[in-house]
Amino acid sequence: MSTASPEVGSETVPDEITFLSRPWVTVVWNDPVNLMSYVSFVFQKYFGYSKAEAEKLMLQVHEEGRSVVSTGTREEMERDVQAMHEYGLWATMEKQ
Amino acid sequence: MTEGFHKHRRSGRVIAEFTGSEADLLRSLASQLVELLHSEVAAPVEHDDPMARLFDFTGPTTAPEDPVLQRLFPTAYVEDEEAAGEFRRFTEGALRDGKARGARAIIEALEESGLPADDVDDAVHVDVELDEGEAMAWLKSFTDIRLALATRLGVEEGDEERWAALPDDDPAAQAHDIYDWVGYLQETLVEALSA
Repeated sequence: MSTASPEVGSETVPDEITFLSRPWVTVVWNDPVNLMSYVSFVFQKYFGYSKAEAEKLMLQVHEEGRSVVSTGTREEMERDVQAMHEYGLWATMEKQ
Repeated sequence: MTEGFHKHRRSGRVIAEFTGSEADLLRSLASQLVELLHSEVAAPVEHDDPMARLFDFTGPTTAPEDPVLQRLFPTAYVEDEEAAGEFRRFTEGALRDGKARGARAIIEALEESGLPADDVDDAVHVDVELDEGEAMAWLKSFTDIRLALATRLGVEEGDEERWAALPDDDPAAQAHDIYDWVGYLQETLVEALSA
């Protein structure tokens, strides 16, 4: 149960409560260790990307130093970043 | 010498054959990884009260000091220290346990496949057979082992010539050969799992 309030808390951050907003992204960074085949395999396995999509993202990481690999809520991106760390990829998250 | 991993056509399992010394080397790398993962305790809060210690489910909030552990557990929020600390508190313990479990699975599988505890010679052959879940655990653990070796060695993008120029008896050259070899194994494992 809850009560309606005529006030909006000053600490409310609009971006985080906007209905259906997906303002966060997971970024994978290039590193000199992980094999190109492995990175592409992880993108297919975890995110369900097709081979072509996964290879495109992998090449972007390799050539541009980073690539946005997923977009979603903060909680979803925390899950993705943790999964990337399980796979040994260097991943961070940020606001879009 | 091992030819790496293959997918067995009929059973669908991933198989590899190692000499005794190759299997022994893998076991040693996996053991070192387990040891490293437990070397810095992943808990920041000190409790004198044993009850408080029992009920403390929190993990660390600051990055580990060891550069290998820093690489295995990267900072998730680059520009927000507080959020990064919270993320670490809730994830690092589980990540450490998962990585240690993966490395231990390699050791157990090698020993169950005939690798003796000691006095290993190349008369011993170790045939491993992995289902998909086990193969995925090996794959991730190979990554952790390679990240650890590369961080210790200071591997950089496109530095192959630097390693090739070292004399054969240089310990760094030998460690780099091992790093390359685990990379080769991983490459064949990715192929086997993609087949």
